[in-house]
Amino acid sequence: MSPRNTLATASRVLQQLGHDHRTVALLFVAPPMLLTVMKFVFQDKPLLFQSVGPMLLGIFPMIMMFLITSIVTLRERTRGTLDRLMTMPASKIDFLFGYALAFSFLGLCQALIAGGVLLGPLQVTVLGGALPTLLAVVLAAFLGTSLGLFLSAFATSEFQAIQFMPAFIFPQLLTCGLFTARTDMARPLQWFADVMPLTYSVDAMKQVTMHSNLGTDYVRDLFIVVLSGIVALILGSITIRRQTK
Amino acid sequence: MDIAVKIKSATVVLSGSVRALDNVSVELPANKSIGFIGPSGAGKTTLIRSIVGRQKLTRGKIEVFGRVAGSKELRKDMSYMTQEISAYPDLTVRENLRYFAIMAGLKKGSITVAIDNALRDVELLQKADRLVRDLSGGQKQRVSLAVALLGSPKLMVLDEPTTGLDPVLRESLWKLFDKLKAAGTSLMISSHSMDEAERCDYLLLVRGGAVIAQGSPVELMKQTNTKSIEAAFLKIVRESK
Repeated sequence: MSPRNTLATASRVLQQLGHDHRTVALLFVAPPMLLTVMKFVFQDKPLLFQSVGPMLLGIFPMIMMFLITSIVTLRERTRGTLDRLMTMPASKIDFLFGYALAFSFLGLCQALIAGGVLLGPLQVTVLGGALPTLLAVVLAAFLGTSLGLFLSAFATSEFQAIQFMPAFIFPQLLTCGLFTARTDMARPLQWFADVMPLTYSVDAMKQVTMHSNLGTDYVRDLFIVVLSGIVALILGSITIRRQTK
Repeated sequence: MDIAVKIKSATVVLSGSVRALDNVSVELPANKSIGFIGPSGAGKTTLIRSIVGRQKLTRGKIEVFGRVAGSKELRKDMSYMTQEISAYPDLTVRENLRYFAIMAGLKKGSITVAIDNALRDVELLQKADRLVRDLSGGQKQRVSLAVALLGSPKLMVLDEPTTGLDPVLRESLWKLFDKLKAAGTSLMISSHSMDEAERCDYLLLVRGGAVIAQGSPVELMKQTNTKSIEAAFLKIVRESK
């Protein structure tokens, strides 16, 4: 692995987005806008918004980075650039970690903006503090990026890549504890939620919302999120082959 | 005669039963321009992808400069231009070249000069700061070729590099290929254009995944008693049926 190649890939991905002003605007405007809408949806139930808002803060970057990464990587696979890169000396890991770095950085920027709106004008309090919140959000973005890199291998068109949202992300979204406590769900759904990484990302956000002293649960949740991201990256690197059949 | 590429019984069977390459065995000389000539779907791209190591062979073996095709040691010595415009449309021309130069392993101090040289060679220096998506089809093709020129590789494998270019630019690119060859680069160029075939030192006529004839343009015309490569190709195809 070469830090130079990893940084070059991360910088290239960010340059690409830098030339796409509309995508950048959507990335940074949509989450605070949706959080604001949610605030008014729950205007008669401020306590509910207080508990759901931070969880959404963790879910946005995960979903958005998943979508963008899966489409961008699919383009690499279908437009010949990956073909060219795979004949060059740079390693697959440089390429994958470059993506992960770029999108985690975007996740951080997104978290700073959306978090600023949530904790500022929308008056949500997180007892765990801003830094642990940001850390959980950045790792959620890393998870979304890694899953996008891996799952893009199974799509042959951008249309299919988008369909992975309802097929792979929505079931996790429904069972992660955002809508109802996991203990209230049917047992098979609890088992499902227990092995899905989004559950732990949302759990970490719950921890920072409710506890000023973050303990082992928070660390365990983040550890599982990071581990899931790394496993997805490794699986992603297996799907990117130097040689195709 | 030095050998750049040695292909022995190379066979590629795609998705079940399609034989994209069928028992190809050839030795391709170094420091020459070698043309892979044949109609669309003949197997030229599969052959090229096999040489650069992207295509797994079902059977057989390919060696490039004495090493197994696709091996790590070869990657610095070789460049590959795909048939698609393999450049990022949402980056400028210079940003594209800079990224690929780093990934190709060029040293930091040599990158700017290598980029300027490549852009000068493909006559795109004036467009260096334009986004690739805003260029014409032919200009995009030249960006893709410029990437392959970075770092003075020993072997350049170019899949239809002149398709879609105007005759004046094609002429200047063939002069560039001759200059690269004189500097010691081996060139492998696929094309379905017969007039370009005549510019190559050595030709492989590819059809149905097999090499149906090989030799210099003069040798092929002499063997078939014809006056053009196109006529030679047609005669060889008729006789091979």
